[in-house]
Amino acid sequence: MVATQLGSRDLGQGKMDRREVVSRVLSERGESLVVTGLGSPSYDVHAAGDHDANYYLWGAMGGAALVGLGLALAQPERRVIVITGDGEQLMAYGSLATIAVAKPRNLDIFVLDNEHYGETGMQISHTGRGLDLAAVAAASGFVEAATVRTIDAVASLSAASNEDGPRLFVLKIRAEDTPRSLPSRDAVFIKNRFRAHLDLAPN
Amino acid sequence: MNEAASSTATWPHELFDRLRAAGVSHVSYVPDAGHSTLIRLSLDAPDITTTMLTTEEEGVAVATGAWLGGMRSVILMQSSGVGNCINMLSLPVQSRTPLLMIVTMRGEWAEFNPWQVPMGQATEASLTAIGVHVVRASTGDEVVAAVEQGATMAFEADQQVAVLIGQQLLGEKTW
Repeated sequence: MVATQLGSRDLGQGKMDRREVVSRVLSERGESLVVTGLGSPSYDVHAAGDHDANYYLWGAMGGAALVGLGLALAQPERRVIVITGDGEQLMAYGSLATIAVAKPRNLDIFVLDNEHYGETGMQISHTGRGLDLAAVAAASGFVEAATVRTIDAVASLSAASNEDGPRLFVLKIRAEDTPRSLPSRDAVFIKNRFRAHLDLAPN
Repeated sequence: MNEAASSTATWPHELFDRLRAAGVSHVSYVPDAGHSTLIRLSLDAPDITTTMLTTEEEGVAVATGAWLGGMRSVILMQSSGVGNCINMLSLPVQSRTPLLMIVTMRGEWAEFNPWQVPMGQATEASLTAIGVHVVRASTGDEVVAAVEQGATMAFEADQQVAVLIGQQLLGEKTW
């Protein structure tokens, strides 16, 4: 299918508040498993409420969607939600091909797109120069891909089933600094907490 | 390597059986002649999930996610692909997540293509530098034993393990 534009009006210069967007995406998470890309997406998901089923990345740039793919393959009955940024997803351009071919029906990727690299001084990103990540995902073979500009449209995506994917949504947000909300940086702790949530032993 | 030589060797079959016995049910791969038999066996097995990668570091992230969800994964690649993996390896190293990579070597034995030599020579040093445990194997029997113990170290002891299969075993590439 072709990438579609959800939402017809631009509010606040067509950009949403990132914390409100993430809270809305996760508002009906239920049994979903969540993977976050390094930087602000990890802080946004933590700010929405820490959860044992959150796997926060603090590094490994370009890994978020692919950790989500591995998790989706291992847990096919659970919806897996990846929340990452435009810069992080751009570093994993090829992952869109890999995920499209793997066809995990339970994987949804949300790209928080402020069109900038917020962690490193707000340098403009490729999406800020016009690159359309939703169109790339659609062309790669994602079942659904869209650019979303309104919070009402975001709300319509929060309660998706675990068999409509793979889907990718580009959520246009404002480029602004938000207060840090830092999840644990202890990767072993986060891993074991996550696995315990799934009744899996540490090893 | 020579595709015909690969398909007649018995060690890839035994390797596949040992991986299954170790509970591996997911295989990521980048197409590679040295791994061609193992890739074919994986694709044909109904109880094995395969993921075709565009670049090797993807497999490191996929394996980490698979372990989070209770699935054991192995990554098949060539030595040139190790260079692509380095920063992504910080993920399993820092999170102490099991990782098993099986790497066919280039650039070290009767190599015809000089472009393969730099990364081939840097493979073991690169993996060691980022914190991956490296085991070398030069014969079919050694490969099978190295992967079997590597699976134990990875999945039972939370280590990140790479088994390097010597180019001498794989044979000269036929041009």
